[in-house]
Amino acid sequence: MHRSRRASAIGAALLALGTAAAALTGCSSSASSGGGSSSSGSSAGGTYTFWDPYPQYSASSAWAQLVSKCGTEAGVTIKRTAYDTTALTTQALLAGQQGNSPDILLVDNPVVSTLASAGILTTTAQNGLATGAIAQNILGAGVINGKTYGVPIGANTLALYYNPTILKAAGVSPTSITSWATLTAALAKVKAIGKKGITFAGINTEEGSFQFLPWFWGAGASLTNLDSPQAIAALTLWTTWIKDGYAPNSVIGDTQTTSWQEFQTGDFAFGENGTWQKATAAQMGAKVIQIPAENGGSAPVPTGGEFFTIPVQKNTATYATSAKIVSCLSSTSNIVTTDNTLNYIAPTQAGQQAQLATDASLQSWVSAVGVAKARTGDNLGTKYPIISQQMWTAVQKAESGAASPASALQAAQSAATAAINK
Amino acid sequence: MTTEQSKARSAARNGDGAVLAAPSRAQRARSRSRAQLAAWGFIAPVVVYLGLFYAYPLYRNVDLSIRSYTLASFITGDAPFAGFSNYVNVIESSTFAPALINTTIFVFASIAFQFAIGLALAVFFFRSFRLSGVLRALFLVPWLLPLLVSASTWSWMLDSDSGVVNSFLQAFGIGQIDWLTSPRWSLVAVLIANIWIGIPFNLVIMYSGLQSISAEVFEAAAIDGANGWQRFWRITFPLLRPVSAITLLLGFVYTLKVFDIIWIMTRGGPGTASTTLAIWSYQLGFGSLLPDFSSAAAVGNLLIIIAVIFSLVYIRARRRLELT
Repeated sequence: MHRSRRASAIGAALLALGTAAAALTGCSSSASSGGGSSSSGSSAGGTYTFWDPYPQYSASSAWAQLVSKCGTEAGVTIKRTAYDTTALTTQALLAGQQGNSPDILLVDNPVVSTLASAGILTTTAQNGLATGAIAQNILGAGVINGKTYGVPIGANTLALYYNPTILKAAGVSPTSITSWATLTAALAKVKAIGKKGITFAGINTEEGSFQFLPWFWGAGASLTNLDSPQAIAALTLWTTWIKDGYAPNSVIGDTQTTSWQEFQTGDFAFGENGTWQKATAAQMGAKVIQIPAENGGSAPVPTGGEFFTIPVQKNTATYATSAKIVSCLSSTSNIVTTDNTLNYIAPTQAGQQAQLATDASLQSWVSAVGVAKARTGDNLGTKYPIISQQMWTAVQKAESGAASPASALQAAQSAATAAINK
Repeated sequence: MTTEQSKARSAARNGDGAVLAAPSRAQRARSRSRAQLAAWGFIAPVVVYLGLFYAYPLYRNVDLSIRSYTLASFITGDAPFAGFSNYVNVIESSTFAPALINTTIFVFASIAFQFAIGLALAVFFFRSFRLSGVLRALFLVPWLLPLLVSASTWSWMLDSDSGVVNSFLQAFGIGQIDWLTSPRWSLVAVLIANIWIGIPFNLVIMYSGLQSISAEVFEAAAIDGANGWQRFWRITFPLLRPVSAITLLLGFVYTLKVFDIIWIMTRGGPGTASTTLAIWSYQLGFGSLLPDFSSAAAVGNLLIIIAVIFSLVYIRARRRLELT
């Protein structure tokens, strides 16, 4: 008797749980359709939410403290949440869908166009952020159809690190490397003394496209025409290096981190890598030159780095405060400190001058950023991810010998066209 | 409840029925409806759970795959109905054929080797000998390791230039094999890792299956003069058939959805050389900066359909087995 009563009690409890769960999901789905801002902040006071892709910075870090300081100056409390870069895009899209976007979102630059076309972001005209002093080529990633959707925190880019010891032993002067031909000649000399030539990230992800772009653009190719002779020349350069043993076979699967680890072994003469490695490069005595274009001069390099954006809110009165916080975070003195910690180059001339004043060795990076291009620029916007995916697929096919550079790129172009017109 | 108790109880109930007047029809109906309600009450949690966590996501996935879900629909929530056009696009895509072929090779080669090696080891360990327990435990290690760890270790070992496998092969005069970076070898490389990971599962199930076979059968066979080979093919293998069937089915479903090992080792590359349907679905949905959820859902549904077809084949085969 007791047992059956207990059993029915458990049954009832389970049923109650079940219905509660059903009711709860019912609740959340109705909330999502109705929308609701997570920011309890009104125009003055309250809590503002701030998302960034820097989980490496804890609450006690200088960055987190700067964020809360700028909040205090604007008269609000900031609740900062850090996500992994990839997770942040998904989180931002989901939050936009649920109508509870953060008040301020710091997001990787090629994602800006994606979020903007999803209608999640406000334009600078709506939120009142000033963009005047920012270098146009860095701001480019945030401009879609003439509208600007955010301001850059800074920029990083790619260059060619070299190991001076190896170059000296091989009798190569770094200043002689001014074109593809001179670089390949240098690689041949390095190989002749039994050292390894160059390492880069040729992986089939966005990182692979990012690393291939300096050569692609350096040949004069355009992202709207993946199978142009210039593009084929760029891909042929990479595949020949692999075939001739100037680059290791592992570049096909290398990320920028693993390719850097290879460079750090001290066996490689060159390593294509980003601004963020300059501290570890200095430790091992590596120096840096700009990536050469095919026929001389510096190749345009893609910009990396995040953008401050202000997502759409139900309560538009919050924009002014959010803009105030962003202006504080991106003011020259603050952004120079931040960019020095993040190993970024400031997006404004004043910021760059301030950085150079404290560290003159940044000059080559400042020049590299000066000739850099936004991946989503040229008004490509959300077409860029589609093109990029086809590009890294073609690069993979050619690197691994599954297809010739020409046929891989032709397939990529037709696939990209089909996907864009879908 | 012991049998005595229940007997006593039913006797008492019979006694009650005989002494008291039969309950009225209304009373009986009420108690029946109460019993019905209680039954529903007990089944409700399961129904709610299944509905929430299985039926609804499945419905959403099907719904997603027959709509054109763009970035804008992410926010507005309405995606135009697209019929089967996502499926047509997926099937017409140049990635479809390689992905399907790779999935087929990956699944069948994995299962064949995992099952054969697992069964051989189970038979080997069945005759317990000194240290057999320790050795068997060692074979379980791959199962205990997080997949991230084992896949990363495999990709280090199979590295072209600095991997231990290539240095070993070079000692025998075999030239460098680009395990992870050549289109010819990358599928083989992920297959080797996946087979290694799947052996313990097969070993454990087949071993427990072996223990359910009565020792008398083997003894009788031995007396009749059957040798080891005959005992295996005439007794062990046929008697293990039900266990084998469920092991193969589970292995099939597990292998069909394998993602982590391939993603960590080759990311489906180079090109599409090791791209399976599961990898492709992920690449479409989350692999680029611009998610294409509808196509990803379509590929995911194709995977589900394949799994369902094989489960039905299994159920049919089982029913036939039970009938005979």
